[in-house]
Amino acid sequence: MHQTPLHPAHRAAGAKLVDFAGWDMPLHYGSQLEEHHAVRRDAGMFDTSHMLAIDVEGAGAREFLRGALANDVARLKTPGKALYSCLLNEAGGVLDDLIVYFLRDDLFRVIVNAGTASKDLRWLEGLRASGVTLRSRRDLAMIAVQGPKARDKAWRALPELKAASAALGAFFGAQAGDTFIARTGYTGEDGFELLLPAARAPDAWERLAAAGVRPCGLGARDTLRLEAGMNLYGQDMDESVTPFEAGLGWTVVLDGARDFVGKAALQSRKPARELTGLVLAGRGGVLRAHQRVHAANGAGEITSGGFSPTLERSIALARLPAGAVPGADVQVEVRGKRLEARIVKPPFVRHGKPLVPDF
Amino acid sequence: MNHPEDLKYTKSHEWIRIEKDGTLTIGITDHAQEALGDLVFIELPEVGRKLAAEEACVVVESVKAASDVYAPVAGEVVAVNSAAAEAPAELNKDPYAAWLMRIKPAVKFDPATLLDAAAYEKGLA
Repeated sequence: MHQTPLHPAHRAAGAKLVDFAGWDMPLHYGSQLEEHHAVRRDAGMFDTSHMLAIDVEGAGAREFLRGALANDVARLKTPGKALYSCLLNEAGGVLDDLIVYFLRDDLFRVIVNAGTASKDLRWLEGLRASGVTLRSRRDLAMIAVQGPKARDKAWRALPELKAASAALGAFFGAQAGDTFIARTGYTGEDGFELLLPAARAPDAWERLAAAGVRPCGLGARDTLRLEAGMNLYGQDMDESVTPFEAGLGWTVVLDGARDFVGKAALQSRKPARELTGLVLAGRGGVLRAHQRVHAANGAGEITSGGFSPTLERSIALARLPAGAVPGADVQVEVRGKRLEARIVKPPFVRHGKPLVPDF
Repeated sequence: MNHPEDLKYTKSHEWIRIEKDGTLTIGITDHAQEALGDLVFIELPEVGRKLAAEEACVVVESVKAASDVYAPVAGEVVAVNSAAAEAPAELNKDPYAAWLMRIKPAVKFDPATLLDAAAYEKGLA
């Protein structure tokens, strides 16, 4: 199994390790719930080095990405700005979701998921025009520092990053020496994501921990992103669904003359399904992926579900027939019973605050 | 891991305490709570429910997954620990204090059919 540069630190901290897309990654360091709360209330950090940074270089980099991605890189006008996008196949199915940073006119950095990294690289190579090169940056480690106190604690731990990052707006990144620091994340909280040389990652991790940033595993990462209403690739979407069926229509730019892979398919196919949020009405169980959902206009399925530590109730993302109405009640088949749940518009939690109305 | 010697165990990770009145108090082992992770939901059976041996009768769900708890012997549920269902995290803190249910065996049973702590831990290795 692959190991990140922080693997020895996880072992030393007593992490429970699990196979995630072929990587031996921390699930938790003792209590997933406490790690979740640390990020909502204070500061936590995640080793995300299993994800892959791909540098897209060359004079044609922007035009190449405009043709490859469903979101339009032309929206990136200021260096450092980031954009979230889907990578689609010709049928409009989601190959991956990613973040692309505009670094220079001839340099963009794309961050893709671990499980899809090889597939993405092959796909992008297949689309690549001359004058564009793709560079896999396995030499970089990634650490996400997240939570209301994440920025202050990151600066205390790594003061050399402060000058470059103090004025960073949300969804912007900047180079600070050999570290790329961005105000992005996957938790619904403020914070930074750091890309730094692999050899320097253990020291940065240790300094962050010493500043009171709690190491958090993939378990908390999953409940945090679910509360934040963010999709997990391979679970809430894959090649069999379009961005419009995965709650990601807002990331697709269909207007204008720009062509991109999957555009024609998206224009010709009216989405039959959509992704919505669900909140369990009572406390009769826990919503989980693959449970069947019965709505007024047809049946669907939960794609991600679990117990929300912030709301102290069960929440889910579910793919239902198009036309799901927020506020409407549905029934979910939970271990042989039908439990009442309500359709809500994600996110469920943002910046530590519940967004789900009481019922 | 903590598996007290005065308790009996099953391969499916329940602990059993044989009470003086012959009833059996049942919970999940330290190994089970640790493998499941933080517990967030517990569904207990109705008092009075008649159980067959090895019947699934309690659901414990963690942040990770749902798991069944099985009746170690046939019998009737005579008590349940509602406090545990209200605060599932207690099972993580002390799985032997946070019992789940008490069963009155339907027939006299032989404690030797259950595992002792050493045999249970051997099965985990």
